[in-house]
Amino acid sequence: MQKLFSRLILPISFLILSFGQAQANTLNIHNGSDPASLDPHKVSGNWEDRIVSDVFEGLVAEDNTGGTIPGQAESWTVSDDGLVYTFKLRDGIVWSDGKPVTAGDFVFGFQRLMNPETAAGYAYIQYLVKNAKAINKGEIKDLNELGVKALDDKTLEITLESPTPYFVGTLAHFTTFPIPKHVVDAKGSEWIKIDNIVTNGPYTPTEWVPGSHVLTSKNDKYYGADKVSIDNVKFFALDDTTAALKRYRAGEFDIMTDFPTDQYEWMQKNLPGQAQVVPSASLYYYSVNTQKAPFDNADVRKALSMGINREVIGPQVLGTGEIAAYSWVPPGLANYTSAQITWKDLPYGEKVAEAKKLLAKAGFTKDKPLKLQLRYNTNDNHKRIAVAIASMWKPIGVQVELYNTETKVHYAEIGQGILDVARAGWGADYNDADVFLKLLRSGTPYNYGRYSNKEYDALVNKANVTSDVAERAKLLQQAEQIALDESASFPIYYTATKNVVSPKIKGFENNPFDIHPSRWLTKED
Amino acid sequence: MIKYAFNRLLTTIPVLWIAITVCFFILRMAPGGPFDGDRPLPEAIKANLAAHYNLDKPLIEQYFIYVGNVLQGNLGPSFTTPDFTVSEQLAVGLPYTLILGGAAFFVSLVIGVAIGVYGALKRNSYPDHILAAIVLMGLVVPGFLVAPILQLIFGLKLNWLPVGGWGDGSISYLVLPVTVLCLPHIARISRLTRGSMIEALNSNAIRTAYSKGLSDTAIVWRHALRPAMMPVLSYLGPAAGFLLTGSLVVESIFGIPGIGRYFINAALNRDYGMVLGTVVFYMVLIMVLNLLVDIFYAWLDPRVRTR
Repeated sequence: MQKLFSRLILPISFLILSFGQAQANTLNIHNGSDPASLDPHKVSGNWEDRIVSDVFEGLVAEDNTGGTIPGQAESWTVSDDGLVYTFKLRDGIVWSDGKPVTAGDFVFGFQRLMNPETAAGYAYIQYLVKNAKAINKGEIKDLNELGVKALDDKTLEITLESPTPYFVGTLAHFTTFPIPKHVVDAKGSEWIKIDNIVTNGPYTPTEWVPGSHVLTSKNDKYYGADKVSIDNVKFFALDDTTAALKRYRAGEFDIMTDFPTDQYEWMQKNLPGQAQVVPSASLYYYSVNTQKAPFDNADVRKALSMGINREVIGPQVLGTGEIAAYSWVPPGLANYTSAQITWKDLPYGEKVAEAKKLLAKAGFTKDKPLKLQLRYNTNDNHKRIAVAIASMWKPIGVQVELYNTETKVHYAEIGQGILDVARAGWGADYNDADVFLKLLRSGTPYNYGRYSNKEYDALVNKANVTSDVAERAKLLQQAEQIALDESASFPIYYTATKNVVSPKIKGFENNPFDIHPSRWLTKED
Repeated sequence: MIKYAFNRLLTTIPVLWIAITVCFFILRMAPGGPFDGDRPLPEAIKANLAAHYNLDKPLIEQYFIYVGNVLQGNLGPSFTTPDFTVSEQLAVGLPYTLILGGAAFFVSLVIGVAIGVYGALKRNSYPDHILAAIVLMGLVVPGFLVAPILQLIFGLKLNWLPVGGWGDGSISYLVLPVTVLCLPHIARISRLTRGSMIEALNSNAIRTAYSKGLSDTAIVWRHALRPAMMPVLSYLGPAAGFLLTGSLVVESIFGIPGIGRYFINAALNRDYGMVLGTVVFYMVLIMVLNLLVDIFYAWLDPRVRTR
């Protein structure tokens, strides 16, 4: 009976009680899916990132344009060989329960991330750290071998496997957040439950109703608390964007992090300036099986890539005006200018003619068309694009069989190399071109098309141990150019961030990373 | 009576076991696993995750581990929400589903029976035809169409009711979702009631009652309604099950954190533990509801009792 009470009655009364406090300056965000967890080592999606990065803070943090700024660390130095980073923690940083945040909490966080028992899905982001990969694979059992050490309570030293110029940028990623050792020691795996959790970010979670929302409240102990304007942030889980738009119109949401694209035109007319579509640092592309005939022939791949009329996809097929992609790395990443497809500026008619020629050379004609299977995961937009591209390929002599499966099956199969051509997408986990260029390196699991080019690999690997920023960019550009020249994969468009922002909200700056920490926002009544 | 209920409960055990077994193996035959996604994981990490959830053991061993856990009342972990076990998730969502389903059940029953009785008493009159037509609309127009229309009219245009969510759990948040859930059941219940009420009113017993000089009210409420409710009652078991399980569309459109959505989401996410958990839960629920209906049936109809 006691159990019944706590399970049935309590949640309801909590709900009723919490309504009172939610009336204070509350930002209501339509956040998409339900978060899987609030544990920084157990989340992966951007809807989880929004919450977790609001409640925890790493050594560095993000400003309202997604740029890197000092966070829990006030400063840091790098050794001359680029291998050892020494971070000096800010004075007076505490957890939301008042206990100080120490270098030891960061060490604990990194060790927990790499410990195979934690089974952290995103641990590989920090394989940059010395011995991280070996520990995560279980090859080294002693967690203290990890290249993260506390020199004292205020000083943290991180040693890397090899010099990595973009390392500090990755420290804003949730995988590197400190974990409150004193709470985990006391509560074990229960530390993340809403009654136990303590955090060190601008907010702290106070309520979680799975399937409905996560409520976070301002953490008054946060060092920058006096500059945080919004008292509570309510992240609503609602996958149905059409239903969400209705609730936005009724004033129940202040920000939507996605919207139904077929409503874009209507929104531009009726909610002027509120639906904001901005190119983001992510790419929508088609992967092509470079190990299977005839796609192992670079000419065939080039013909297919040329046959795609990229300019109509964003404006007409999707209707939201995404920008056509002629590079593998999206624009807007730090210290990098993307290489471009050489035939980018040819008129589409000439591209089609050239594509036909290339296919004819490979033995495919109108009478003997190239047959291929185009895979996509079930989704209206993916389907529209696949149908459009299939019809673009038809005139150049390609016969397309469309094949759609649900997301899990799609990625499970193309991950095993079962594909001719398949849809995929990728976004920037951290602000560096390597995020995209690593996708085409031999032997990486997300290299669906199994593209393999020794020169490409060598250039990317060399770039990643080059600390001179300009020199490194040059090497990466050369690599990118090779991949583009060989049509290793077909970039189609740069994905756009699609937010709907109420005029009441100030401080919302669009940026290619779609990062909008709540601490920088204000809401007018 | 108790013995009857006990025997009924016993027979549910093999049914449950078969369902779990079939479900367990069918799920594993589906391509794709819980950790596949648009961010493919390195092999080492996949291995860590598989070991964490016992997925690296032989399938048959996993099966026995699972059945063993269920016998101890433990539905196991959820792969997609590592902070909650399956039981905890169901416990969190259950109150919402129960309130929503319970309210819809009650409203459908009251309105459905009222319309049905009225239709039977005034049969073939204009009001009867008009009501029948309106009610039929509720049956044929699907919920995913009715819901957005109601949201537009009552939430956005008239601004009378919240468009969605649970808010503070007050009645205003319940009106639209309950209405959408009710419509098809009001239709079915009213049609069943009307039919069996007409039949009851034409029966010999009622003719005798009239000839005894009983009042209309007494005849309708005491002598006709009770036997007329029998077919309605046998519909209520499945209807209750349907209201509790079939609220998926309503829950997702209105953003209500009930358990309806777990089913589909878990299946799509290959969250094996969660799918099995919801199957077990729904099976138990439907069996209990059917049992309750049977007991109630026996209480209403003396012929069942004496048999």
